[in-house]
Amino acid sequence: MSIRYAFGGDEHIFVEIDEAMSLEAFFQTLSLSKAVRESRIAGVSEICPANASLQIRFDPDRIAPDDLLREIRALETAAKRAEPVLRTRIVDIPVFYGDPWTHETMMRFRERHQDPAATDLEYAARVNGFAGVEDFIAAHAGAPWFVSMVGFVAGLPFMYQMVERERQLQVPKYLRPRTDTPKLTIGHGGCFGCIYSVRGAGGYQMFGVTPMPIYDPQQQISYLREFMIFFNPGDIVRFRPIDRAGYDAACDDVAAGRFEPAIRPAVFSLDAFRADPIACNAALLEAGHDA
Amino acid sequence: MTLEVIKPGLATTVQDLGRPGYYHLGIPLSGGMDRYALRAANLLVGNAPGDAVLEAVFLGPELRFTADALIAVTGATLPVKLDGAAQPGWTALAVRAGQTLSFDFLKAGARAYIAIAGGIDVPVVLGSRSTYALGALGGWQGRALAAGDVLPLGTPHAAGREGVSVPEALRRPPGDPAVLRVLPGLYAHRLTEAALRGFFDDEWKVAPEADRIGYRFRGGRPLAFVDRTPPFGAGSDPSNIVDSGYPYGSIQVPGGAEPIVLHRDAVSGGGYFMIGAVISADMDLIGQMQPHQRTRFVAVDMPAALAARRERAERLRALAAALGA
Repeated sequence: MSIRYAFGGDEHIFVEIDEAMSLEAFFQTLSLSKAVRESRIAGVSEICPANASLQIRFDPDRIAPDDLLREIRALETAAKRAEPVLRTRIVDIPVFYGDPWTHETMMRFRERHQDPAATDLEYAARVNGFAGVEDFIAAHAGAPWFVSMVGFVAGLPFMYQMVERERQLQVPKYLRPRTDTPKLTIGHGGCFGCIYSVRGAGGYQMFGVTPMPIYDPQQQISYLREFMIFFNPGDIVRFRPIDRAGYDAACDDVAAGRFEPAIRPAVFSLDAFRADPIACNAALLEAGHDA
Repeated sequence: MTLEVIKPGLATTVQDLGRPGYYHLGIPLSGGMDRYALRAANLLVGNAPGDAVLEAVFLGPELRFTADALIAVTGATLPVKLDGAAQPGWTALAVRAGQTLSFDFLKAGARAYIAIAGGIDVPVVLGSRSTYALGALGGWQGRALAAGDVLPLGTPHAAGREGVSVPEALRRPPGDPAVLRVLPGLYAHRLTEAALRGFFDDEWKVAPEADRIGYRFRGGRPLAFVDRTPPFGAGSDPSNIVDSGYPYGSIQVPGGAEPIVLHRDAVSGGGYFMIGAVISADMDLIGQMQPHQRTRFVAVDMPAALAARRERAERLRALAAALGA
């Protein structure tokens, strides 16, 4: 991987770690973001890590663009050498796959889909070589996901599944974006999963909904009172399939202020993952399962 | 002291200078799209430059004042009326309790800034009073104004200076064609050399899809891409990249067809290549561009972008000096 730098106008530096997505590129993105943050360079106002790149906003009245570029380049080697171990948390996200609300929405936008005769889940199962929807869901929920970027709109997590490249689930986006997506839809486009934090336009395939709010600008939801956004890049997510009864019960708990997300501390080592991804994921899921 | 909304206009929102610091979580800068006009409106009524004002787009609201107030309207040429009588723009106006502020049809520009001495006193959320409607955050109940809303006003902190106005030379309309200076870069290498030249040679027009998130343009030739094997995770379209951050001002061209310049309520990231970014000094101009406005993108280098930035800072100092602020 050779890092590429580019200016985005006179107020941003864009750093592309790799043009392809991989766990390695994601880890380097996180470590370089951390190195820039910790170096506290005067004039830097925002550091935005994405999947395999980061963006740094700065004030050119306080630091000359070329000086900032030099300072970031100087951090590159240290970031590359950083131990690829992430101390983070694993969060259990209940998912009602094949729910009626995303179903109603997908039916309204069928003419914008590659396969109007199938549901998004049926299509995703087929293009990924699964026998049926059940097997696809088992793969989707069967391995954990990294939150590799938070954005697009407020609090929306992009997620990258922690499996070898040949096991990555890949689905194209809709042919033309929808003008509507239910809030808290579990989506998928390319190799990335997401959770739509708000209702609105979207182009990702829709697999289900979670009852667990992840963005609350009113800060009324018990676990979002301190900060309105739930996710941070580097969080690990495990999807847990639930049925209609489980979904309704969780919604009642959210409304009553009783819902507590299942969160456990977790440590992820890229080297351990490379050596034995299945054992590594099993250990992570075990940690999540205790919750 | 309050302000009653009789008619809301098209999409009138509360805005200040914005909400930096949360873009890494998808919350954009927000704030006035023409921050120069926003600052001018505030200075005219004795406010701090970053107090909250109303941003009206294309169509003005109708507002009733419950107490005497000093107000100013800047930005677009949206003719001002008090109880039906024409009033000058870019000028501090005294309003009496019970009077109604309304507007004639838009003559030029796109966004008017309505400042009231004391500012619009909505709660500060994450350091700003700006509205981010897509996230239902900030401003007045996280949304554009609606008929029947009653907005709280702050206490004026400086003496009124009725009749003061911004000199003509310190107002800056977009021109025709509007010229937006661009620092090429980011993913410009995805285009063929001829396509990159064509982007800057062609004349574009603002499309109807132009809002606080971004401005779309039409009319130039489609852009041709350099051949490649799609990188893993990028998607199959030649304009796709592995989803990355989108800088404020960045120009993406989905499918190589219609450029979109992201503005104050930008989506913070996504999977389309970017040709570069509009320089900071020209972002305010976009806020005053209407659909069908003819536009040229002009490539500049970093020294030119920084020189333009210094000129803009100089104009702000001249504005403050002219208004005795």
